Formats: sequence, C-alpha cells, structure tokens
Amino acid sequence: MASHSQDHYFVPDSSVYPFACSIALFCIAMGGASYLNGISFGSGLMTVGFIGMGALLFRWFGSVIKESPEYNMDVDKSFRMGMSWFIFSEVMFFAAFFGALYYLRNLAIPWLAETELLWPGFEASWPSAGPIGAELLTGGLPDSTEIMEGTKYALIDPLHLPLLNTAILLVSSVTLTISHHAIRANNRTQAIIWLALTVLLGFIFLFYQAEEYIEAYQILGLTMGTGVYGSTFFLLTGFHGFHVTLGAFILLVVLLRMMKGHFSAEKHFAFEAGAWYWHFVDVVWVGLFIFVYIL
Amino acid sequence: MSHAATAHDHHDDHDHPMPTGFKRWAMSTNHKDIGTLYLIFSLAMLMLGGAFALVIRAELFQPGLQYIDPHFFNQMTTVHALVMVFGAVMPGFVGFANWMLPLMVGAPDMALPRMNNWSFWILPFAFSILILSFFVPGGAPASGWTLYAPLTIQGGMSVDMAIVAIHMMGISSIMGAINVIVTVLNMRAPGMTLMKMPLFVWTWLITAFLLIAVMPVFAGAVTMLLTDRHFGTAFFNPAGGGDPVLYQHIFWFFGHPEVYIMILPAFGIISHIIPTFARKPLFGYSSMVFATAAIAFLSFIVWAHHMFTVGMPLQGELFFMYATMLISVPTGVKVFNWVTTMWRGSMSFETPMLFSIGVVFLFTLGGLSGLMLAITPADFQYHDTYFVVAHFHYVLFSGAVMAMMGGTYYWLPKWTGHMYNERLGKIHFWLTAIAFNVTFFPQHFLGLAGMPRRYADYNPIFTEFNQWSSIGAFCLGFSQLLFIYIIISTVRGGKKATAEVWDNPEGLEWTVPSPAPFHTFDTPPTVK
Repeated sequence: MASHSQDHYFVPDSSVYPFACSIALFCIAMGGASYLNGISFGSGLMTVGFIGMGALLFRWFGSVIKESPEYNMDVDKSFRMGMSWFIFSEVMFFAAFFGALYYLRNLAIPWLAETELLWPGFEASWPSAGPIGAELLTGGLPDSTEIMEGTKYALIDPLHLPLLNTAILLVSSVTLTISHHAIRANNRTQAIIWLALTVLLGFIFLFYQAEEYIEAYQILGLTMGTGVYGSTFFLLTGFHGFHVTLGAFILLVVLLRMMKGHFSAEKHFAFEAGAWYWHFVDVVWVGLFIFVYIL
Repeated sequence: MSHAATAHDHHDDHDHPMPTGFKRWAMSTNHKDIGTLYLIFSLAMLMLGGAFALVIRAELFQPGLQYIDPHFFNQMTTVHALVMVFGAVMPGFVGFANWMLPLMVGAPDMALPRMNNWSFWILPFAFSILILSFFVPGGAPASGWTLYAPLTIQGGMSVDMAIVAIHMMGISSIMGAINVIVTVLNMRAPGMTLMKMPLFVWTWLITAFLLIAVMPVFAGAVTMLLTDRHFGTAFFNPAGGGDPVLYQHIFWFFGHPEVYIMILPAFGIISHIIPTFARKPLFGYSSMVFATAAIAFLSFIVWAHHMFTVGMPLQGELFFMYATMLISVPTGVKVFNWVTTMWRGSMSFETPMLFSIGVVFLFTLGGLSGLMLAITPADFQYHDTYFVVAHFHYVLFSGAVMAMMGGTYYWLPKWTGHMYNERLGKIHFWLTAIAFNVTFFPQHFLGLAGMPRRYADYNPIFTEFNQWSSIGAFCLGFSQLLFIYIIISTVRGGKKATAEVWDNPEGLEWTVPSPAPFHTFDTPPTVK
C-alpha cells in the first residue's frame, strides 16, 4: 500500500477484525440474554465476549494507528464525518430517554391522576413513584428497615454532589480545550499536563457518581425500582456514566499516545475525536443536571 | 458525461492481489464483495421469512386450527416481520448501496471499508440469535414485531434474545448508514455536485440520515423493555407511574421513519430504471430530490397514526391525521414525475422496466389505502384488521421488494458480466405481480369486513377470501425459486454483457466494464 501516493484514497487490505469482533459481539449478546435468564454458561460467555472484544478492538485500533501516516486529507475528513455522525446517533439515543422522562412526567402521571378508575385518590406530582409508590416520598431520611422494605425514599440534593460533579465536568472541558490549544502550538508538555488533568477530573467525576449511587441505594432508599422517578433517574444518569467512562478511556488512550509522541500540531485527529466526545458527554450532563436533578 | 465504454485504467490492481476463500469473503474490505454478501444474505432471509409466511397462510387456508397452535402462529407472524424488515429489506438495500454508490459517485470504495465489513458480519450473528429463540422454553417472541409492552414484559427468554439481536442489528445499521453518508459527502468524483448526484445516491443519503436518527431511539426503547423485565424499572408499568403507551410512542418514533428507510432507496432504484427504458432523462430531477427530503422530514412527525385507537387527546389525533395526509403531496410529486418520464418516451419493456412500472402502479395503490388509514375516524374501523396487512404489503412487497427485484435485473449484468434470461425474467415478473395481487388484494376486503390481524382462526364467513389469499401466497413464494434460478444461471454464464448493458443508460456505473472489475475508479473520473 505504501506505493500509493497522497492523491489516492486509502483502501485498507483485508482484515480479520470485523469478522472476529462480530463473533465477540455474538458472545456478549447471547451470553447476556442467557445470564439474565439464569442459564449457567451465560456470564462466562459474556465475559469471554467482553474480553475478546476489548482485545480485538485494541489490535484493530493499533493497526489503524500504525497505518495512519498513509492517510491523506480525504481519509482524515472521512474519519471526522464518521465521528460526528456517530455522536449524532448518541444524541438520539439520549433523546429517547429524555423523551421518556418528558412523557412520563408531563403526560403519563397527570393522566393516571385524572382517571379515578384505576387508582382513586392518586395525585399527580413529581418526583413520583407512581400509584403504588404514592406514599413513599419522605421529608426526612428513611430509616434502615424502610429502605430494606422499600417503603420510603428521599431525593438527592442537587446542590451537593451533583453540583460538584457539574463543576468537575465543566472544568474538565476547559482543561481539555487548553490542552488542545497547547498541542496546536506544538507545546507537548503543556498538552500532556492539561490532558492528564482532564482524565483525572473524569475519573473523579465517576468516583463521585458511584458515591452518589451508593448513597441513593443505602441512605436515601432511592433505587431503580422506585417507580418512574427511579427508572428515569438511574437510566439517564447511568447511561451518561457509561459514556463518561468510555470518554475518559478514550482520552486516557489519547494521553498515552501523546506521551509516545504520536501527534503533531497539524495531525491529531484521535485527540479531536476524543475531545468532541468529551464535550458531548458534558452537554448531556448539563441537560441531566437541569432536567433530572433541579427541575 | 460521455458514455463511451472507456475501460478505466486499472494499473493499480497489482497492489491488491485478489484474495480467495475465507480471506476474500469474511475479511473483505471490498465494497463489491460486501455488497454481494449483503444481497445473498437478504435473499436468504427473504426465503426464510417467506417460509414463515407460508406457514401462516397454510394455517389460514380454512377456519379452525389445522396445523399449528395459536401461540406458534403468533411466533410466526412476529418472526416473519422481524426477518423481512431487518433481514431482507434493509440489508437488501444496503447491498445495493454497497455495490452501486461507489460506482455511481466515482469512488474507489466505501469511505470506511473495514467498518463496512463489520456492518455486514454482525447481521448473520444477530439473526442466529433471533432464530435460536425458537428453541428456548416458550419459543420465539410472539408479541408481533412491534414488541409492545406489556406483552413483551411478560414473555420468556426469547424476548431478551430478540432485544439483544435488535441491538446488534441497530449497531450494524448505524455503522452502515454512517458509511453511506461519509461516502456520499466525501468521496464524490470531482465535478459531481450534490445536485448532479444520481437519485439512488440522493435517496440513500437521506435514508442514511433517517437510520442514524432513529435506530438509536429504537435501541433506547428495547433497552427500557429489558430493564423493565429484569431490573425493576417501571417505564411501561402504570403501577409505578409508567405507561405502556410510552413504548408505542417511542417505538413508532422509530417505526415510521423506518418505513421510509425501507421505501426511499426503492424510489431511487426505479428513478434509474424508468429513464433508461423510456429513453428520456428523468422528469423533474430537483423536485424528486426535494420530495425525498420532504418525505424524510414529515416522517418524523406522523408516528402516532399507528396508534389512533390507543386513546390520544383529540388534538393529537387531528395533528397526526393532517401531517400524515401531507406526505401524499411529495409522494404524489414522485409518482407524477415517474409517469411524466414515461410520457412520450420510446419505451421498451425489459424485465427491470416491468418491475418498475409494477412498483409505480402497485405502490400507488398501497399509498391510497394508506391515505384511507390516515383518516382518523375511518381508522377506528380499519385498525389492526387485514386492511392494514394489505396496505403495508402493497408498499413493502410491491414497493420495496419488487423495486429490489427490478434493480437486481437492471444491474445483474453489471455485477456478473452476463445477461440474464429475458424470457424467464418476464415470466418471473408476471408470476410475482399476479400472485402478489391474488394474495393481498382480497385482504383489503377481509379487513373492511372486520377480520382482525394476528389471529390463527377466523369467522367462517371470511373463508373464501382467505383461500384466495393462501393460494396466491404459495404461488408467490414458489415463483421466487425462479428468481433464484435466474440469478444463479446468470452468475454462471449467459450472453456477455457490454459495459453499457442497456441502450445509452445514464450514470458512471456504465463507464466501467461488465463485470465491474474488483477495483474501480482508483483515480477518480471527472464529471462535467
């Protein structure tokens, strides 16, 4: 392939990774479905799938990195467009859950309260755990037996951990941008320091998010089973948490590559793709903070 | 552009020795090979889904229960639809896109070839999971392809298998769609501006946008199903404040654009075939482009017409009724343009043209019955009857699938280098078109008379129409064996095809030799 000049689009040679990754994906999916239904080999199959997928993607991305000097500007543009559209698909994934939140809160709950047929006396409110959980929301903290029995729950104070986490993510976007400016100015040391700080902030965010979940389950009695409030809360923040994990991992790989000197002031697409992704999870968090925690 | 068969300069071929066996097919980065894989997969799924349909029609040949129990009947209707929608129609069009888009825009390959291969190879594994679900306790999902809660909350392990299979199909579709968009936007030959792109390229560009916008929403919906089933959430459970209707809203927010995902590329294909055999340029090219975009935009704001009877507020019913009717305007523009392209053309009626005219005629019938269904008060009568079944088979079979058959005959000489047997092709068309109408036209009457869909048994007054329908279905199904025979015999031999194949067709794909070499347009052509 090296004989190709820069005005040829880079068409890679045949590769076993896509096929092998499909097998790994099959193991994850089939293993997951089996595990959920109590079939003994389920968790093993799923683990094999995840490990296989991780190893294969590591090798696949490795080969892309190795051949990247041969990419011309057209290939670079393809990657940029591909990443942008991938982020758009992620936006639509979150849109489904935000849409569900809107529908449940503003339509489903009021309609349930309006009809006296099913649950007479149920009043619309938010947060709500629905008719069977109508009496669950407490003013103070529930005690341990109430948590065990799931008869009471309290809310997360948005001005405590969530506000701190908002600040952490917003600052991490700033440090990431400083790092980007540094790499464009060919200042590698600065770029590494600020990127490392960004990754660190990402992991601190995840730590506090885990802390918040533990608090919700153990002290507040707020779980995924706490009606629609718990459902929307944990699925929205949970999927956001997965995406932060992925984003932090992407930036960590970018950091390691930066330390190895993979990037130049002109060519650092992997950095930019990771940065776009990071800003995307940041924006989603701001949406979560407003619509899930505050309002 | 010039149509002289200037065999393109392929001096670069020595860089890529043609691989063979596993390396060629499983490890491919070649858009033509991956396109072939998609098309073969699609044809295989068409046969499998067709076999399920024949089980349904055999059972419905007469009232009462003959061959299968009602639970298995429900599994058949569910898996028939899932296999046809996600296994036959969508991958079929992706196969056409893979083969034709790089040729049509003058690109050496798809923009992201390895991802392209991954998109394909996920599918056989995803469908293995779906088919394996027949063998778990309780059998395959039996909730209908829409997987409505609360039925799917109560179902067995097969529902989880369907959910993970759908996640895999979604990953495949999104990656495929990203590849199409990037190829079209980034890899066009110099001089090919957006408004010079062939219509198949335009329709696929818009289809790909729809796919990226709605497949993740579907993934969200089935994820909520999964957590409701196993993790105690209450999205679709009113006791916890949820609402099963929420599932329907999210599903159809995906589901309605999905039906345009399945028909827009078909519009693209026949917009190529009709000008070729009418020997006139396509009438109203730019209005075709804008009509496609308008249909795509409207597809996002009509979803609740699938759920008129669910108990929506009156304003909602009215909004979705009028928005739905609005779609007939851009669709009408398209039908008008196809007919006007044929008007005073020097028409000839080779098999692809027969299929295209069949599509224009029969799809329009399906569009008209769709317009009837869009009328909210009338829909209260038609909802979930065989009228709906007839409607969507007119748009999906005689729209999407017949357009793909026409496209297959149209480009098969380019793919294989051989002409297919014209006589057999025409026989295949007439068998298909007639058997299709025998199968589905009576279902309009059944629906209007009140026969509900998705039941294994029916009132004896419906017997006669059901028997027509079942006879037609078996004829339709076995006619497709002829299609497979024609394809195989064309691959294996036949009259040599020229580079142009047809009489002065338009498009870059006709400037490369037939069969199209393994690598084409290593150096981009210039479009004037």
